[in-house]
Amino acid sequence: MTSFWSIWVIVLTLSCLFILFGLLVWNLKNYTGVKEGESCGHEFDGIEELNNPLPKWWTYMFFATFAWSVYYLAAYPGLGNWEGLGKWTSSNQGITSLAESKMAVEEAQAEGRFVKLDAEYRAADERFGPIFEAFAQQDIETLATDEKALEIGQRLFAQNCSQCHGSDARGGQGFPNLTDKDWLYGGTPDKIKETILHGRIAAMPPWGAALGEQGIKEMTAHVLSLSGRTVNQKDAAAGAAKFAMCAACHGADGKGSVAHNLPFGAPNLTDNTWLYGGSQRAVEETLNNGRAGVMPAWKDILGEDKIHLLTAYVYSLSQDK
Amino acid sequence: MSNNNSQNKHEIVEKNIGLMAILTVFAISFGALVEITPLMFQDDTTKPVEGLRPLNALEIEGHDIYVREGCHTCHTQMIRPFRDEVERYGHYSVAGESVWDHPFLWGSKRTGPDLARIGKRYSDDWHYAHLVDPRAVVPESNMPGFPWLAEDRVDTSLTLKKLKIFRDTFAINPENPAHPGLGYGSDEELIADVAKVDAMNNGKGATEMQALIAYLQQLGTHLK
Repeated sequence: MTSFWSIWVIVLTLSCLFILFGLLVWNLKNYTGVKEGESCGHEFDGIEELNNPLPKWWTYMFFATFAWSVYYLAAYPGLGNWEGLGKWTSSNQGITSLAESKMAVEEAQAEGRFVKLDAEYRAADERFGPIFEAFAQQDIETLATDEKALEIGQRLFAQNCSQCHGSDARGGQGFPNLTDKDWLYGGTPDKIKETILHGRIAAMPPWGAALGEQGIKEMTAHVLSLSGRTVNQKDAAAGAAKFAMCAACHGADGKGSVAHNLPFGAPNLTDNTWLYGGSQRAVEETLNNGRAGVMPAWKDILGEDKIHLLTAYVYSLSQDK
Repeated sequence: MSNNNSQNKHEIVEKNIGLMAILTVFAISFGALVEITPLMFQDDTTKPVEGLRPLNALEIEGHDIYVREGCHTCHTQMIRPFRDEVERYGHYSVAGESVWDHPFLWGSKRTGPDLARIGKRYSDDWHYAHLVDPRAVVPESNMPGFPWLAEDRVDTSLTLKKLKIFRDTFAINPENPAHPGLGYGSDEELIADVAKVDAMNNGKGATEMQALIAYLQQLGTHLK
């Protein structure tokens, strides 16, 4: 705040207090020319106004609020740029970037100012820091059998992941089931952690224009035949002839990119797990319009320590117990 | 009044409604003069955060759909500086993030969660599924569905005007590297930005759903 506005606030606040104080003191004496307890000389429907003094309890409470205001304005940052004797603030204000936010935390500590939010975080770090640190040093396979770690992981999952993957982690249309052994980007602890940290962007291109209506029908027949479904053999054969265009991501055998150590996240087409539905219509739609599933990146939101525990929880879901 | 008592000064105020009104305004103006007026002239509350960029044509229409559908009546855009809120939603909101919000959409009641940092937390597909039928992805949700947004097209007849008003009101510098390529320079760039919206979906124009999702996906992503 510039000194002009600081003075503005101080002058207005204090004059408001002085005026109110003066008004109260002034009204403690009887200037009306009517004796206390007597009628002011007007009545309505038989009700008269008596000239009674201000109630004592009310007057004392008013004085108490003045005493409070003096304490409050001295101790807390209310008067313009006055920091207050306690140097208290709720949070660091006026920051314009995350880097500045971090710097402000350190500055406040160096200057001995008490920032409520920072203090809350310091207290939490003191209490929870060692717990997370201990977990961070264990590997994910170990944590996946640690009940306490899984309990924390489960809560993090419910808070941050259940919106898409469901609170039971069984997913939904377009959102992968995490409890089975079918993985788009790999189900090892490292791969799961990588997925959570950095997110994933899948890119199944739309083939509608390239294949045409008949081509889509044939390819759908072939794709469904891969998982052993009964299809029109003639269509399937025609589709199989064109499958090379799909093989780059799904593999020549259609077993998906994980089976071939590829990073594309292309699903296995030979099993009965379907991310967007396995009906003829759903597969045709996928082929026609493509799909672009996105897993957001959580590194900046949750931080590595929490993601470590979250990974252990997700990993544990698909392990036989 | 049966008698006049010249000694009773209080009667002057009680019997003179005009004077009473003036004194009332005088009394309550202190609060506004101290609490509101300085905020309009302070860097703390008027300076944009470093990463803030203006909304593009699609997002500005999404913003207006957000207002039209009353999203702000159930969702706040204001993360308060408490640890439980920061843990759940992200860094607390700062004034510099909403200096260009007119009207501001901080809201005052959370029937649903805060949305100040919803941007990039969920995929576009999730937002689509969730807005059409919230219970399809969050079974315990009590949010109403907004399926018509997926069918209605964005009316772009006023978009250019909105962008121009935005640009001219806030005097956004087109050379500022913080918001490159967003069509906030010349009129031609703004027109091109609106044309992009009209060209979406093979020239059928953007759906209101796409606009709203575009708006949601940038929320809170500017504090970097």
